[in-house]
Amino acid sequence: MSEITEVPHGDLLVMLRHAPHGGLWLREALDLALVGAAFGQSVSLLLMGDGVWALLQGQGPGPLGQKGSHSTFEMLEMYDIERLYIDSDSLEERGLIRDDLLLPVIEVPTSELSTVLAGHRQIFNF
Amino acid sequence: MATTQATRYITVEDREIGLDPEGFVVDMTAWTPAVAEALAAEEGRELTPEHWEVLEVLRAFYARYENAPAMRPLVKAVSQALGPDKGRSLHLMRLFPDSPAKVGARLAGLPKPTNCL
Repeated sequence: MSEITEVPHGDLLVMLRHAPHGGLWLREALDLALVGAAFGQSVSLLLMGDGVWALLQGQGPGPLGQKGSHSTFEMLEMYDIERLYIDSDSLEERGLIRDDLLLPVIEVPTSELSTVLAGHRQIFNF
Repeated sequence: MATTQATRYITVEDREIGLDPEGFVVDMTAWTPAVAEALAAEEGRELTPEHWEVLEVLRAFYARYENAPAMRPLVKAVSQALGPDKGRSLHLMRLFPDSPAKVGARLAGLPKPTNCL
């Protein structure tokens, strides 16, 4: 967990703004990130709004028998996806702190998100 | 994506193992090392200890992440588990010609890698 220490950069930025359950947004976003990385692109993730819930610890697959997303999040580093930006204001609004999250993230206040967006060649919004 | 429909069967140790149209084992729990040997034999591949250590890495990857790895993470996982000398695409291409991620996953009894290109 850290603040921004370097200028955000990368080929693809995958933004996640939807809550993790009740739709396929999260799965689609992670699939795109993985495919991009498999193609050799440098990929970053940005979680903001209800998207920050995706990293909350202690979520399991549940009775539908579908795979959970946590194992996929943990797999990101194997695809060399290591920059996970998170909107710190979104976290705070939801009463979450960094210790609640599954993985180390780079916290960015809403006012500085434009730096993250500007640092990427293509942006995908989920 | 992994299919759940078996289109043909291979007999291993008196058990019928269902395979999907691309030769992936349909029921992961039915996999045994003997199944890998049988699948390899079908394609004229011979599994050496060097093959087996990669299959073990693949199975460990799936157990940890619930996904079969594409080529890039497979190289990284092999490198972490077996050392940088073996964690190279050249080594994996030599062991599993054509498509190491796909062929490896099939022999290891895993579903087809979802983002395998």
